[in-house]
Amino acid sequence: MSNKIRVATTSLAGCFGCHMSFLDIDERMLQLAQVVEFDRSPITDIEHCTNCDIGLIEGGVCNSENVHVLREFRKNCKILVAVGACAINGGLPAMRNFIPLEDCLREAYFDGIGVENAQVPNDPELPLLLDKVHPIHEVVKIDYFLPGCPPSADVFWKFLTDLIEGREPSLPYELVHYD
Amino acid sequence: MKQFIQDLVTKNHYKSTHLLQVLRDVQTRYHFIPEGAITQLTELLNVPRTQIIGVIEFYSFLHLHRQGHYELLISDSITDHMLGKHELMAYLSEKLNVGIGKVREDGLVSLDNTSCSGMCDQGPAGLVNGHALTRLDKSKIDTIAELINQEKPLDEWPTELFAVADNIYKPDLLLNSQFTPGAAIKAVFERGIDATLAQINESGLRGRGGAGFKTAMKWQFCKEEASDQHYVICNADEGEPGTFKDRILLNSYADQVFEGMTVCATIIGATEGYLYLRGEYLHLHEPLLAVLQQRRDAGLLGKNILGQNFDFDIHIHLGAGAYICGEESALIESLEGKAGIPRNRPPYPVTSGYMNKPTVVNNVETFMAAANIAINGGAWFANIGTEKSKGTKILSICGDCAKPGIYEYPFGTTVREILKDCQAEDVFGIQIGGPSGLFISNQELDRKLAFEDLATGGSFIIFNNTRNVLDIVYNFTHFFAHESCGFCTPCRVGTSLLKKQLDKIHDGHGSAGDIVALEELCQLVKNNSHCGLGQTAANPILTTLERYPDLYENQLKNISYEPGFDLDGSLATARRMANRNDAAAHLEQIEDELATHGTTSPGAQA
Amino acid sequence: MSKTITIDGQVVPFEDGQTIMDAATAAGVYIPHLCHHPEYTPHGSCKLCTVKVNGRNCSACTFPALEGQEVLNDTPDLNADRQKITQMLFVEGNHFCPSCEKTGNCQLQGLAYHLNMLDNHFPHFYATRQVDASHPEVMIDHNRCIFCTLCVRASHETDGKDVFGISGRGLNKHLIINSPSGELKDTDISIDDAAVHICPTGAILIKRTGYQIPIGQRIYDHQQIDQVSLAREHHQDEQ
Repeated sequence: MSNKIRVATTSLAGCFGCHMSFLDIDERMLQLAQVVEFDRSPITDIEHCTNCDIGLIEGGVCNSENVHVLREFRKNCKILVAVGACAINGGLPAMRNFIPLEDCLREAYFDGIGVENAQVPNDPELPLLLDKVHPIHEVVKIDYFLPGCPPSADVFWKFLTDLIEGREPSLPYELVHYD
Repeated sequence: MKQFIQDLVTKNHYKSTHLLQVLRDVQTRYHFIPEGAITQLTELLNVPRTQIIGVIEFYSFLHLHRQGHYELLISDSITDHMLGKHELMAYLSEKLNVGIGKVREDGLVSLDNTSCSGMCDQGPAGLVNGHALTRLDKSKIDTIAELINQEKPLDEWPTELFAVADNIYKPDLLLNSQFTPGAAIKAVFERGIDATLAQINESGLRGRGGAGFKTAMKWQFCKEEASDQHYVICNADEGEPGTFKDRILLNSYADQVFEGMTVCATIIGATEGYLYLRGEYLHLHEPLLAVLQQRRDAGLLGKNILGQNFDFDIHIHLGAGAYICGEESALIESLEGKAGIPRNRPPYPVTSGYMNKPTVVNNVETFMAAANIAINGGAWFANIGTEKSKGTKILSICGDCAKPGIYEYPFGTTVREILKDCQAEDVFGIQIGGPSGLFISNQELDRKLAFEDLATGGSFIIFNNTRNVLDIVYNFTHFFAHESCGFCTPCRVGTSLLKKQLDKIHDGHGSAGDIVALEELCQLVKNNSHCGLGQTAANPILTTLERYPDLYENQLKNISYEPGFDLDGSLATARRMANRNDAAAHLEQIEDELATHGTTSPGAQA
Repeated sequence: MSKTITIDGQVVPFEDGQTIMDAATAAGVYIPHLCHHPEYTPHGSCKLCTVKVNGRNCSACTFPALEGQEVLNDTPDLNADRQKITQMLFVEGNHFCPSCEKTGNCQLQGLAYHLNMLDNHFPHFYATRQVDASHPEVMIDHNRCIFCTLCVRASHETDGKDVFGISGRGLNKHLIINSPSGELKDTDISIDDAAVHICPTGAILIKRTGYQIPIGQRIYDHQQIDQVSLAREHHQDEQ
């Protein structure tokens, strides 16, 4: 194992927008790569986390698979970070929380326009939906929160460099946004 | 209906301050407040419909949706639970074929919980169309179910269902006093107003509601406030769970209470007074009106009292199921026909109270004591009690003891002595002053009843060693969340968050950080809330956590975190609709944390 | 010589009848608040303006300034409580900033930014609340109402209309509309009403105006609420 800081990232009930924003650190990525290596992440195609220093979670928890992935991250990451509005408060996917799940599924698989052979898919490979979308801190313990939809590239940069350089991470006023 | 509403408003002199009283009568007549009534009242009373709806939705006994022809409410006090309320409620629900919180399909009966109905010495208790039911058991429920199914009018129900006993076991200074109606008023006129106030000052009498403000000082402040009108209000909104002593005072000592109010009126210069009677004590309404009439007939109320050119009369206003109205400024708002939301202070009621006029608000027991002090003098009272707490205190004792009921003690009496008198055995702890007070353990039995030690408005609930402290705190915490008026953020949201956080621990889903989080939340609600309700809502948790940290910790799981909601349960709908029940269609509430780093999580979809 | 109090050690003059908030605003001292507005009767319900007066917690917007008071305002403890109270408001309602057209101009959000609030801390209630889009020009999203009652007061005190009211108890508290249908379209509200423009959050919105200023160029994107609030309210006080 190298001495580099291991970082894992994933998107649960999210849109990968936070990941895209992370990539917006642009050429600073090269600087980061000097001290950081990526474990499980869309960047690496590693399927499961190993022992990591930092886990970045985008998106809330909307189904059983999200719960498993989130637990895997919690178990393997020393520091677990909720990244973006959806991880912090459920975000856009949580707007379904005001509609009973039964109605959501009915609309999608029975009553919606153009539905043929109406049935809820039942393949055991498919994760089941939770009746509500939850922020990740309601399922596992979270150490830090990076708000924003998405958090800007500077937020990622400030947060990671603080951590890497051994400072308590903090965000100045200009970097705190919920939109 | 139009005529009914019109007559009602006429009877209430078109006063918008009578809105709550009018709505109570509409609810009684129709078992809800019909839309037509709201529109008509908007016009007749000249108040916005938003205010009318605001009042209806604030008070538990008023409804926008039709309740049953028989509205059954069962008291949810901890003492009712200790007497088997939970099983009785289930039996009642089954027997009457109506869900809890529901109206039966035929509209005949509705069933729900209600906060402590003040019958803790004779529970399990309830209310049917506002009238108190006591000592409920299965056979009484059979009777009630039959009466309801036969649609028997309430006045044809057997009177024993509504029997309310006083249960006075230990009378002392006040409960033993020989009292002749008019004696206190005569004493005031003989001694003089200032001299009477001096006697009340000398007596050291402090407010009996629990807060203990010096009565003479309150009256003095009010008297000094220049105004064309002053008001006397008796706070009989005895809602603190476990308290029922005012019920007895108003049932058997009403003359003394009214006379105390009259004494106060002479001193502060009031011509009008109000008794704010909690809705749960509807059974006392008619008898109290009769006492008032007797007093008018005897020249003790009304115009030219005792020929002294002094006018004073007392009106009774009924509450409608809102604990917060026991807070004096919320009570004043309620008296003015509004939702019972505590006011910002200052100004205090003594300078700006009812109708923004100087107002004295005192507890039932305070007025009773004042009447007796007016007759017997300050020393008679001050000779009893402790240095800082003069006189006696009337307690409502209930819970685990052989003789629940009313006890009067000189201040300074030890808890040990009280427990002996009411025959409590195997005591685990006592809730002093109700949920808003404090929980003491059986290691503190030599503590004394006194403002400087154990202050109480009268509630004294005993728990024996078979009781679970978390069940008790659970009941109290839910009570506060239900009764929060919702005015300020810390109490409105905080009491519901306290409920969530405590439930998590109570139901066995708590982990290491959850007690710290609970305690932090307690301090937040306590320090930032607008009034006494929010400031004391965390007391049940704080005072038990301080005494029994191990009982809380034993509830915790030895893991770092567990979700506060049921994970597997929240898959139920999807499972049913996808017709699945395979292993991957389920979630464990917690994961085995002993698994080593780097292993695949068990249920993950590869 | 005028009477004075101190706020965090700073001497602040006041006149009889002023609240601590009035005196502070006049002196250019910001005390966080959401339900307070200098033009309307103080309400004292949000509790964000809680300050320590001679050691005791008081609402600055309702508590009278009295000679010699020592007031603590901008302290770590008070600000920590303020952050938690703001978080309570966030979990009580449904505040999804990215989908709200008030984002960047919202005082609830601006205050949260100011308090460096990074998460909602508490479990969410996800209360089911309605949207009233019945009126041609004004809409209400009850998900975002924080019960500050500013619209209630503005409608009553300025517009003379009583379009709004607060109903319910505890967590069931909700904003109600003064019409038999309960809908905004059946009230006499007008786009010029003060009540339409006073909402500190995105609960009351004027239709078809939401994105005239792009996200990123809005009030709290660049300025902190203390400066914005003082600039606005100090000026209003002088009027």
